[in-house]
Amino acid sequence: MSGFPTLLYKEVLRFWKVGVQTVAAPVLTTLLYLLVFAHALGSRVEAFPGVTYVEFLIPGLAMMAMLQNAFANGSSSLIQSKVTGNIVFILLPPLGAGEILAAYLLAAMVRGLVVGIGVFAATLWLVPMPVRQPLWAIAFAVVGCGMLGTLGIIAGIWAEKFDQIAAFQNFVVMPLTFLAGVFYSMHSLPPFWQAVSRLNPFFYAIDGFRYGFFGQSDVDPAMSLAIATAAFAALSWITLLLLRGGFKLRR
Amino acid sequence: MVPAVEVRGVAKRFGPVQALAGVSLEIPQGEFFALLGPNGAGKTTLISALGGLTIADAGRLAVMGHDVARDFRAARRAVGIVPQEIVFDPFFSVRETLRFQSGYFGLRRNDAWIDELLERLALAPKADANMRSLSGGMKRRVMVAQALVHRPAVIVLDEPTAGVDVELRQTLWAFIRSLNESGHTILLTTHYLEEAQLLCSRIAMMKEGRIVALDSTRNLLASFSERVLRVQLVGCGLPPALAAGAAAEAGGWWRIPLADVARVERVLAQLREAGATVASIEVAEPELEEVFVKIMRREEARAIP
Repeated sequence: MSGFPTLLYKEVLRFWKVGVQTVAAPVLTTLLYLLVFAHALGSRVEAFPGVTYVEFLIPGLAMMAMLQNAFANGSSSLIQSKVTGNIVFILLPPLGAGEILAAYLLAAMVRGLVVGIGVFAATLWLVPMPVRQPLWAIAFAVVGCGMLGTLGIIAGIWAEKFDQIAAFQNFVVMPLTFLAGVFYSMHSLPPFWQAVSRLNPFFYAIDGFRYGFFGQSDVDPAMSLAIATAAFAALSWITLLLLRGGFKLRR
Repeated sequence: MVPAVEVRGVAKRFGPVQALAGVSLEIPQGEFFALLGPNGAGKTTLISALGGLTIADAGRLAVMGHDVARDFRAARRAVGIVPQEIVFDPFFSVRETLRFQSGYFGLRRNDAWIDELLERLALAPKADANMRSLSGGMKRRVMVAQALVHRPAVIVLDEPTAGVDVELRQTLWAFIRSLNESGHTILLTTHYLEEAQLLCSRIAMMKEGRIVALDSTRNLLASFSERVLRVQLVGCGLPPALAAGAAAEAGGWWRIPLADVARVERVLAQLREAGATVASIEVAEPELEEVFVKIMRREEARAIP
């Protein structure tokens, strides 16, 4: 029998045991963003026709929280294990690269999705949201969490210290999420920044996710899904190669 | 019968440091084997390569006939390694830690053996305590249990008794010995040479990434160490007839090498004839420490051109 289910269970339990910090805190942060931005900008902006700014904001903020937490799970778990040295207990058993990747990735996706569900549960009674295309929403949530989950694993494998993870988070993940159209529609940007946004794979995850709610988006959702899935697949492939070669883990 | 551990021409370099410079070694099944050497000799690197924690640059390593690279799953099932550094996952209790470790090996109904391990290593009262709350010695015992949770044929202990109190040391060795008697192969590194002398039937000594001595404990002791007669003389020196090979120590003590025990009679007779007053006397048995020091000095002398 494979060790994969146990590693997955352990990784899920690891974040669930400190759920106040890993689930409740990001849900609260997202709600604060929502309250502040909705209050400051709510009456002035209409991103899509017939969609209020608060409605527009909720899927974007939820996706942002999901992406950040999917990233945080794999990266923090790996860096903690590496710094404390208990990574040996994962490296000594007969776990293959694919099993290690699958366990860390699925745990990261579970955390991202649980945070997303938390955000919607908390906003549901504030703002009733339409869900026009639920399957599209689910597909983008899964692919988006997968994309950032693998990125978190790559960061965790590469980093040797906690501050390197923080740097990765602050200089790669944060800019890419903030500039992915969480707070605005891409069509409100000047042409140059529209073109830049199109290079950001996070943008497609957020735009497509929003399509699931309003049935309208900046880019054709099929194309968004294809691009986000391709980014997810490429990152997974890189992670698998790193794990197979023992990069930074099996010195 | 395939050897429990097979190491062929294994080399590993970390930047400028040649941690392993072509090590070859074979440990038959059922042996209690010691790997000795000063810090930085390459012992831990060799063990890491055996467990897949380090990928060797060259050579071949196999556990119970399974190549650690090509057949890594079977090789890792066959070996249980207790790492040198005390490491633990602060999120979980002792029992959770052992259940997870068992699960990583694909063993999901292993509670009977986990309970036995907890019992044998005197961890049962702490089974549900968080790892953080345990003392260093307790954490070390959990690490031993983690290495044994899949009942590996080969058990590797990397300095398991460093900084561990006497009682735990004895419990641990009694347990490891019983595992050896029931057929497990044991590979041990330690800086306590008396432990190695007492427990191990065969010994390899390493220095600067090479094996510099490899023989049975008995042969090593016989060829590098000898029995010594120690006498304390009062009011006189050592008679000239006995001076060859003898060495003075503090407090009027002399060390006189004994080729065989029968020579004790003759030495005492010679002392009596010379009119020496013997205040105290003892026969010292060969010690592995002496063997170790001699071999390491020999290697240092060789290294200087």
